[in-house]
Amino acid sequence: MTVIRYIRDLLLGLWVVFKRTFTTPVTVQYPEERPYLPPRWRGRIVLTRDPDGAERCVACHLCSAACPVDCIALQAADNPEAHERRYPEFFRINFSRCIYCGMCEEACPTNAIQLIPDFEQGEYARRNLVYEKEDLLISGTGKYHDYNFYRVAGVRTLDKDKGQGANELPPVDVRSLMP
Amino acid sequence: MIDWSHTALTIAVILGSCLTLAGMMIWLERRLLGVWQERYGPNRLGPGGCLQSLADMIKIFTKEDWIPPFADKAVFVITPAIVVITALMSFAVVPVAPDFVVADLNVGVLFFLAMSSLAAYSVIIGGWASNNKFAFLGSLRAIAQLLSYEVFMGISLMGAVLLAGSFNLSDIVEAQRHQWFVIPQFFGFLCFFMAGLAEAHRTPFDMPEAEAELVAGYHSEYSGMKFGMFFVGEYLSILLLSAMTVILFFGGWHGPWLPPAVWFALKMFGFIVLIILIRATWPRFRFDQLLTFGWKIVMPLALINLLLTGGIVLWKAT
Repeated sequence: MTVIRYIRDLLLGLWVVFKRTFTTPVTVQYPEERPYLPPRWRGRIVLTRDPDGAERCVACHLCSAACPVDCIALQAADNPEAHERRYPEFFRINFSRCIYCGMCEEACPTNAIQLIPDFEQGEYARRNLVYEKEDLLISGTGKYHDYNFYRVAGVRTLDKDKGQGANELPPVDVRSLMP
Repeated sequence: MIDWSHTALTIAVILGSCLTLAGMMIWLERRLLGVWQERYGPNRLGPGGCLQSLADMIKIFTKEDWIPPFADKAVFVITPAIVVITALMSFAVVPVAPDFVVADLNVGVLFFLAMSSLAAYSVIIGGWASNNKFAFLGSLRAIAQLLSYEVFMGISLMGAVLLAGSFNLSDIVEAQRHQWFVIPQFFGFLCFFMAGLAEAHRTPFDMPEAEAELVAGYHSEYSGMKFGMFFVGEYLSILLLSAMTVILFFGGWHGPWLPPAVWFALKMFGFIVLIILIRATWPRFRFDQLLTFGWKIVMPLALINLLLTGGIVLWKAT
């Protein structure tokens, strides 16, 4: 009887596989048929700008410190044309090393560095995967349209006083007892 | 009197279609495996991807043809040719339609068996000449498997031969005009089909080239078009297995309405699909199980089948 069961199981297996003829494949035909990538999908890294059009990056090196594979290199400098503010003199990401973990985006205090849902970075030469600042910098604001670091920082800057930032209350008079 | 132009035309048609079909089968197998695994398989080149084999062929011809320095060079080079030649030689006796056969030998069945025995040499000396332990293990397995399955492949055919009373394949087909031999010879068919799968190294009997265990078995060291020849030879032997099954047990070209060659092709296609379906479904045997199965189950089955067939034929004759 075991023999009959074996034979039945073998034929049943053939039938089960044969039934697949009438199902549609689950494969996504990629270049023609593109999958939906959510806005938070972690792909290519970009450097964004303020709503005013100035670079957001303040060259704090936090992203390159947070990067687990050390693929971010940058050098800070002071910009004499913009209140001696710090900006990256060069900003270089080696995408042949990048693991798209998004730690740089999390570390960034000014929302400058962002990952976008674009993953098509195939290159024939490996050196083409090293992106310089002009490759990384985009002209838009990325995911945070209204955010301007110098407008929300709670300190006095050259173009605003304390309490004049966006969504910022006037400073508390610490010498007063009134609420 | 042999009509030479007719023979030459037959040779050209059969040779051409065999090689083309062997190429197309690679694509067909990949597509069908894809379908049965709920994916697409190669579908980019040409309509439905049917030119994939052509692209593969161009690729494999332009690849480096590496002969390992430790291999036995002369034997190593000859071996892939043996696979293809023996498989193609067997097609000489395959009757596709009445009067559409290269050599209508009176011993067609024996010629087929002889050629499939010769094909075993290619596997054996290919693995031996490679001088590689995986190739060697593959050919060791091939020796045991082919030798044991060769035996009852011959025996299982004899039932059909007895019923038809001839070794001539055209006569065997003609004898099935009213009833396919698969009905009186069901067990003969089963034994033959299993032995044929083992001869063609197809799942579940593909131990000589078990890629999960032996890299690629006996052709591990082969590259470029030499590997391609092994590949084509394997697909030719699948074609041959389907063709022989159709001729011996499924009435060859017989069928209503359609022309004989079309019926033959349709039946062959059915068996090719069945063989691919088996590959998509069944796992590989363990090697000792394979030999146990061969010698202890299929061999006695084939012998009993032959004994009963012979007895019935004798009883009817007297």
